[in-house]
Amino acid sequence: MALAGLGLRRAAVSTLRLRLATGSPPRRRAAHFSFQPDPEPTQYGQTQKMNLFQSITSALDNALSRDPTAVIFGEDVSFGGVFRCTVGLRDKFGKDRVFNTPLCEQGIVGFGIGIAVTGATAIAEIQFADYIYPAFDQIVNEAAKYRYRSGDLFNCGSLTIRAPWGCVGHGALYHSQSPEAFFAHCPGLKIVVPRGPIEAKGLLLSCIEDKNPCIFFEPKIMYRAAVEQVPVEPYSIPLSQAEVLQDGSDVTLVAWGTQVHIIKEVAVMAQEKLGVSCEIIDLKTILPWDAETVCKSVAKTGRLLITHEAPVTGGFASEISSTVQEECFLNLEAPITRVCGYDTPFPHIFEPFYIPDKWKCYDAVRKMINY
Amino acid sequence: MAAATAAAGRAGLGFLRGLRLPGPAAVRGLRAGGGCLRQQEFTSLEEKPQFPGASAVFIDRLEFIQPNVISGIPIYRVMDRQGQIVNPSEDPQISQEEVLKFYKSMTLLNTMDRILYESQRQGRISFYMTNYGEEGTHVGSVAALDDTDLVFGQYREAGVLMHRGYPLDMFMAQCYGNASDPGKGRQMPVHYGCKDLNFVTISSPLATQIPQAVGAAYAFKQANTNRVVICYFGEGTSSEGDAHAGFNFAATLECPVIFFCRNNGYAISTPTSEQYRGDGIAARGPGYGIQSIRVDGNDVFAVYNATKEARRRAVAENQPFLIEAMTYRIGHHSTSDDSSAYRSVDEVNYWDKQDHPISRLRHYMVTRNWWDEEQEKSWRKKSRKRVMEALEEAERKLKPKPQLLFSDVYNEMPWHIAKQQTALERHLKQYGDHYPLDHYEK
Repeated sequence: MALAGLGLRRAAVSTLRLRLATGSPPRRRAAHFSFQPDPEPTQYGQTQKMNLFQSITSALDNALSRDPTAVIFGEDVSFGGVFRCTVGLRDKFGKDRVFNTPLCEQGIVGFGIGIAVTGATAIAEIQFADYIYPAFDQIVNEAAKYRYRSGDLFNCGSLTIRAPWGCVGHGALYHSQSPEAFFAHCPGLKIVVPRGPIEAKGLLLSCIEDKNPCIFFEPKIMYRAAVEQVPVEPYSIPLSQAEVLQDGSDVTLVAWGTQVHIIKEVAVMAQEKLGVSCEIIDLKTILPWDAETVCKSVAKTGRLLITHEAPVTGGFASEISSTVQEECFLNLEAPITRVCGYDTPFPHIFEPFYIPDKWKCYDAVRKMINY
Repeated sequence: MAAATAAAGRAGLGFLRGLRLPGPAAVRGLRAGGGCLRQQEFTSLEEKPQFPGASAVFIDRLEFIQPNVISGIPIYRVMDRQGQIVNPSEDPQISQEEVLKFYKSMTLLNTMDRILYESQRQGRISFYMTNYGEEGTHVGSVAALDDTDLVFGQYREAGVLMHRGYPLDMFMAQCYGNASDPGKGRQMPVHYGCKDLNFVTISSPLATQIPQAVGAAYAFKQANTNRVVICYFGEGTSSEGDAHAGFNFAATLECPVIFFCRNNGYAISTPTSEQYRGDGIAARGPGYGIQSIRVDGNDVFAVYNATKEARRRAVAENQPFLIEAMTYRIGHHSTSDDSSAYRSVDEVNYWDKQDHPISRLRHYMVTRNWWDEEQEKSWRKKSRKRVMEALEEAERKLKPKPQLLFSDVYNEMPWHIAKQQTALERHLKQYGDHYPLDHYEK
């Protein structure tokens, strides 16, 4: 096996060790979340046990199978990718459909836009979301504005950009970032973050099919850690639709990606320790986001907590917070709370203190309830 | 820079460059740091370099490679400044009818430039960029392409559209942003685009079109279409990172694309001496493994020949070509620029009066009795009349309805934009008097 996933495997192993031998200090800290699989979907036929990277591969495999114009490219995708997301695809579909590019992010996105302009399906990979910024100009000034500026003469709707995203335990400044808010300020893009393998495949297939340029962020900490029964055949999960994962009556908790699993745990803690009933919402699509589902929930519960790994200032929670405040002013019984990363770069050894973990979220719920 | 950082970061996480080495054994060997590093003895007396990164011989003297900028890549020319063919074997033998079309495209563009430039000076349009001195690069190159070949441009290539038959009305509609503009009045003037003529809509950010053109060329190759992509840009634009990206991707991914650089000596006020220190842009091509040539951009036949051959080979061999057309930007950079602030009038006059692509082609035509003073006069008059008519009509038209500011952001309209559209409509019902509603369609 390649070295690529080593770090992640180690994280998973240490979690295991912690569970088996509590008392003896683990060499590495346990993962800050525990993944709870979604129920097996029955409506799409046969399923298979897949972790998140395998469900991505499955989606890509489906996409290339049914669309002869679709191509996958990026740094190191040819041998299977540094996170194994493209394993086997080159052998199955040919080296002209799954290929390495030079190491140049602005080139990757520009190149992908060009493919999409001809109408072919372009699935670009940026190796880490942290390295998407060299392509910021191509994404924001070009991809997002292609259709609008040309009066719909040209578009790059068949472009999807995938990128590993979020903290990973030891990724420090440049292997941990959650840059969704930078892109949320850019009309013309769709931004999507799944919470697990089933969601990942369905949402990725929707992004690939969607007639707009999409950025699909894959929570890399879950590549191996999250395992579910995932349908083998293609299926899609609609974009711009949040999902209420648990009904509740006292407070609404909103998150996306890995953080959804944090709020699931927080809901259990709040119920057990405080007798508080939490409604849990996975936002899934950051842009254009599903304000209706969130506002409906807050109108019912009267309280809202939003949490994300990214820094708080200018984070997407601000957008949600101010919209809900506008729409649900009469229903709100406490100030909306944001539990987010601090306004610092993402640190290496301080990661356990940096992330908005369940204890920080739990404490925020406690304070909101007592407001 | 970013790439280097990326690589370093990855190594730090354990995503070692070792992944690229032949096999896991090599990685383990390196990590063990033991005997695996000991070198095996060569059996052959002849020592050849084995580095995967280059194919070269050893050299036993220290020697830096000198760039050759004093005597650069030569400038290919077919006719001299008097319109005489220099080397008959290079004469493209273009028919009288076709040459006439070249000439008319170039001069019609020139007439349109003069009139739209003036109309900006009078405040009738907000912005304009002329093509003075570069008309030959546009027409010569596009004439050598098939009509289905896709064009990505920068902004000073209106002649390409003109030669493909884009109507004057449409040029004007875009500059005025009136209701006839297919771009729906959303972009600044001269940001033309035409789906039917395979001319991708222009955008202001420089060089972004270069890697895009490469992607489009890759898709054409995949679809076996026998189409090429041509991508125009200036020498200033070539300094952008996207130019580097595009050249390198085109070579490594073997794309049928023609990079066409208009080297007109200036990027706004910046002379080429402050833009680069190598032998222009053409000299960079070979560094990327790209077949490259430099042509006299004021010689429409030289441009035509180079493009024609590049097209033929790009399609046949799936490889990129780079053409650097040397020319001179006779006009100001744009209507927001006064170029006398950074260059002499004498310099401009030389190119305008003594080495202009239009006058050179006229010499050629006159020599062959294909054109005379009378025809020149009547064509000038006629073209001026056509441009003026189109201009006046464009000016009379209303702007598109304000609702069009909201559509096409996405393929469909999401709830939040629909809500904003309704909000504007409601606002205009109450405060409409304070807005120029009369000038817009309802």
